[in-house]
Amino acid sequence: MVDTPKELGYRETHEWVRNEGDGTVTVGITDYAQDSLGDIVYVELPELGDELDLGQEAGVVESVKAASDVFAPLTGTVIAINEALEDTPEIINASPYGDGWFYRLRIADPAELDDLLDAQAYLEVVEEEQDSDA
Amino acid sequence: MGRRTPLYDTHIRHGARMVDFAGWDMPLHYGSQLIEHRCVREQAGLFDVSHMTTVDVNGSGARDFLRRLLANDVARLTTPGAALYSAMLNEKGGVIDDLIVYALADDSYRLVLNCATHERVLPWITRQASGQRVKVREQTDGAIIAVQGPAALVAMQGAFGEAAAPLASLASFSSIRMDDWLVARTGYTGEDGFEIMLPAAAAEDCWRALVAQGVRPAGLAARDTLRLEAGLNLHSHEMDEDVTPLEANMAWTLAWDPDTRHFIGRTALEELRQRGGYLTLAGLVMTKPGVLRAGQLVRVAGSPKVGVITSGTYSPTLGHAIALARIPDIGAREAVVDIRGRPAPVRVVRPPFVRHGKKVYN
Repeated sequence: MVDTPKELGYRETHEWVRNEGDGTVTVGITDYAQDSLGDIVYVELPELGDELDLGQEAGVVESVKAASDVFAPLTGTVIAINEALEDTPEIINASPYGDGWFYRLRIADPAELDDLLDAQAYLEVVEEEQDSDA
Repeated sequence: MGRRTPLYDTHIRHGARMVDFAGWDMPLHYGSQLIEHRCVREQAGLFDVSHMTTVDVNGSGARDFLRRLLANDVARLTTPGAALYSAMLNEKGGVIDDLIVYALADDSYRLVLNCATHERVLPWITRQASGQRVKVREQTDGAIIAVQGPAALVAMQGAFGEAAAPLASLASFSSIRMDDWLVARTGYTGEDGFEIMLPAAAAEDCWRALVAQGVRPAGLAARDTLRLEAGLNLHSHEMDEDVTPLEANMAWTLAWDPDTRHFIGRTALEELRQRGGYLTLAGLVMTKPGVLRAGQLVRVAGSPKVGVITSGTYSPTLGHAIALARIPDIGAREAVVDIRGRPAPVRVVRPPFVRHGKKVYN
């Protein structure tokens, strides 16, 4: 069903965060998010050096079906973006937690890591959404 | 739980992502709408469109009744099996629904209408029929299967053998009987293909026989991108009860001659045509990255009026965004679309965008 790796942190807005342990994190959208959107055809990423605030709009994912905003899951500075997404956005569908990562942040406030959802809490968010859709 | 077509269990077995569509549980896709789309353009795809509304109109007054009810003229249907695309208008000239009407025999017609308009369409037709020498009856015990794509004919021949022999010479927009099936050379994809109206009990066997020929099930998501590439309108997007055919690129479906035929909405349309100045439906093309979406505003230099996108998508065949939009009719070749607050330049073209697998706009 929905894949939610245990080692990642999540936001209710369907971003995942991997703590790289060196003051940086990698960010992407979850398996549930890519599956709900369907075939992804376009991604707008933040730019290198952008300073993002927690919860700020940090890009857009467009599938054939719909456009969806992507929000910064933590406060920080963008230090890398996944340029492969520009030409092959479909890798988000194929590998949301791997090749389909969005960008890396140097985080400004490590305390924010503590209020990320764990996999179990995120799954509950997903189940609630699925119930309200049904 | 929504209403189910006779093929509901078949969709579940094929791994469909089901979605609510106007109260029906319908397949959105079976894994990837892009693959399904491509399959229809290059080979053949299979759609369950049993949710569409089917209404039979019979009786000695049927022809006269439909000549008043529909903006296109059923007098053009001179042979049994012939079909016609038409709008059904209200007195203001607004489009209550668009439909295909089939001449089944003398005094006997079948209308296939949209699903989403069902609640308003049935009372309208019934009211217009009162006092006329016609019987209006909705058919609810059938199924409709569309097989679409360049390989559709070969698949039908492979699946149904001798019975399908007459299909090779079946003209576009005509239909024939195959036992108790009605098979029409019509569709909603811009490709060759057939729509099969058949009893519910026969639907699954028909579906399986076509799948066995390599025809791939395709969902509503692919149906929408295919019809948009083909420049075909979708009711409640390109037109509705407040939009006339003149504003929806449907003038070609209005049969003005003979001028003694007073179809519903005619007077209002004649006034609008006289007055002019209305927005018209055009195609938009954006080759830079991004996707055009319904509701985005469109501006053209030289007109103070603001247009709007009625349907927009990423075109799988062309690899960029396309849209239908209602815009000022001043012959502009360029326009600017407001995408989330940012101006995006687009080209204005004449739909369709794709026919028979190929780019066709200029």
